[in-house]
Amino acid sequence: MTSTPAGTANRPQAPAAAPVTMAAALNRALADALAADDRVVVFGEDVGTLGGVFRITDGLAARFGEDRVFDTPLAEAGIVGTAIGMAMNGLRPLVEMQFDAFAYPAFEQITSHLAKMRNRTRGRIELPVVVRIPYGGGIGGVEHHSDSSEAYFTHTAGLRVVTPGTPADAYTLLRQAIDCPDPVIFLEPKRRYWSREESALSTDGPPADTAVVRRPGRDVTLISYGGTVATALEAAATGADAGWDIEVIDLRSLSPFDDATVTASVRRTGRAVVIHEASGFCGYGAEAAARISEQCFHYLEAPVLRVTGFDIPYPPPLLEEHHLPTTERILRAVQRLQWNDNA
Amino acid sequence: MTVTAPQPAAWPADRGLLPSEPLALLAADGEPTSCRELELPGLDVLTALHRSMVIGRRLDAQATALTRQGRLAVYPSSRGQEACQVGAVHAMREQDWLFPTYRDTVAVVTRGVDPVEALTLLRGDWHCGYDPYRHRVAPQCTPLATGSLHAVGLARAAAIKGEDTVAVTFLGDGATSEGDAHEALNFAGVWNAPVVFFVQNNGYAISVPLAKQTAAPSLAHKGIGYGVASMLIDGNDPAVVYAAARTAISAAASGAGPTLIEALTYRIEAHTNADDAARYRGEDEVRAWLARDPITRLDRYLRAAGALDDRRSAEISAAAERAAAGLRDRMATRPEPDPAELFRHVYARPTAALAAQHAQLEAGLGARHPERP
Repeated sequence: MTSTPAGTANRPQAPAAAPVTMAAALNRALADALAADDRVVVFGEDVGTLGGVFRITDGLAARFGEDRVFDTPLAEAGIVGTAIGMAMNGLRPLVEMQFDAFAYPAFEQITSHLAKMRNRTRGRIELPVVVRIPYGGGIGGVEHHSDSSEAYFTHTAGLRVVTPGTPADAYTLLRQAIDCPDPVIFLEPKRRYWSREESALSTDGPPADTAVVRRPGRDVTLISYGGTVATALEAAATGADAGWDIEVIDLRSLSPFDDATVTASVRRTGRAVVIHEASGFCGYGAEAAARISEQCFHYLEAPVLRVTGFDIPYPPPLLEEHHLPTTERILRAVQRLQWNDNA
Repeated sequence: MTVTAPQPAAWPADRGLLPSEPLALLAADGEPTSCRELELPGLDVLTALHRSMVIGRRLDAQATALTRQGRLAVYPSSRGQEACQVGAVHAMREQDWLFPTYRDTVAVVTRGVDPVEALTLLRGDWHCGYDPYRHRVAPQCTPLATGSLHAVGLARAAAIKGEDTVAVTFLGDGATSEGDAHEALNFAGVWNAPVVFFVQNNGYAISVPLAKQTAAPSLAHKGIGYGVASMLIDGNDPAVVYAAARTAISAAASGAGPTLIEALTYRIEAHTNADDAARYRGEDEVRAWLARDPITRLDRYLRAAGALDDRRSAEISAAAERAAAGLRDRMATRPEPDPAELFRHVYARPTAALAAQHAQLEAGLGARHPERP
């Protein structure tokens, strides 16, 4: 196979000199993974010469060659299906679905094969495949470019589903996903591609299957992930001005669900709001709320609330601001938790 | 036999024309044909094909019998398609990979998989009972055509790694209507991947005849649109199946890219033991295909060539009976799969939630209904 340029394998990651965007962090993660492991191949639609429509794979084909980073025909089932075969033969494929809703043609390959092959073969066939999917709204995308498809995948046993909320975590989570022996659906909140963070990108970080507390607080737990982490943090900051001490959890891993971190938080605060862009009905927040109810019932001061997209098809760009969770909607939910200042 | 390169007569330069008659090396009466595009395999190969077909058919009949005894949940029979499944598998080399469908149990056991392990899926104690890496046989694929994409990916990975491996993926006529079949042909063509698409056109997708499946002149034509070399062969002629598959595998291995082989054959039994074929096809049609039986055809040729006699035939039949008896005996007891295994292979390591669910299941095994405290 095309070899890595001499001397770049296991290259130590230099601390980021300047604030890095999530897009750049993801690009760096891909480059470092390609350099570190000859088995890693990156492919999908427009990921080669163009560097991806979001430029996440920018420069990789030139640096690592066409045998390791390449464009495919425009067929998503084909991309995931061939990734499965490559993984059966010892490679570690990392594929890109161009947009959330354009990943649906690959649904059968993902749910019937990628997710099940290990179980089907009693662990004999391992599929360390990462499917990267830019997802969610907030960028003014026209129809089919703004879906939040996480619940379709989290409902499927055998998949790991992760989504970063910050640039530094995007790097860490993606490197962890590539090293993971299980198939990983890696959801990239595209509205945060251009968010910046000063950070030395590192593979050291919390395990990929754990949530983190992004902001500690005593009064209420906001449970967020992906694109809504920044929204939740903004709500917490605004809420602080009104006297509320709000804790924000970034789930990171949607499947498996980190019960320990969430439960510990909600048992302390007694109140919880789950936030996501996807429709609420049968959405991810329903699972989170159910788990909290089952595990924290006697600690809860109020029902678990959800702030989600409406139960409608994703709106056209000029109306999406009404659909997406906002700090205002989040704080209204916090208020609805029957606040008692003397508690 | 000498492995020959793809013949121009079979694959015209413009790939736009296919002979309307399928290639055959042995006619239905066992007489060699005048076909010049492919070479008749030697008697050693044909004798081996004959033996595998006889044993394969006997095991297939035994599997059908096991459904009646309740030992298998269901069985899709290979009967009538032995030439395809045995011929293609014999043409494969040790390092090649087979991607079979649910109807290809004869192909799977011909490749060397233990029949009991092959039938695990249909017995129901697990999904795939064999180690795919041991004989390079992917799990039998129940969704249609999805395995073809895995074959293309595996072949592409082999090419990237510089390995001499060809993937042979089996499809039925119905599967060629699935999108994944088209994506697989397209990817294979674009990547020049070392893949052989072996289509067993047995005339029916459960009950739906080919005329309702496609308006194409042949299924082999579907390869042409993707720039994939394609050929149409008599799927009840084991000699031509072997020669065509060998040629295609050799071409793929030499860097000439993928080939689609459409083999015309017939499913003698119903779709499965649970199907009633009388609802959609006539007995006369079945009788006509029984007259084109692949084993009889090769039997006649081998006897005429002096490579088979009654004594040798009886020896093969006895071996087939022993194989069937062994299968029957080993399938006689109901397996007791371990419920703990339900949680073991979902992830590399069970998640905390799965560990908790496993404990919950174990606690409930044999427990009495809880009573009101």
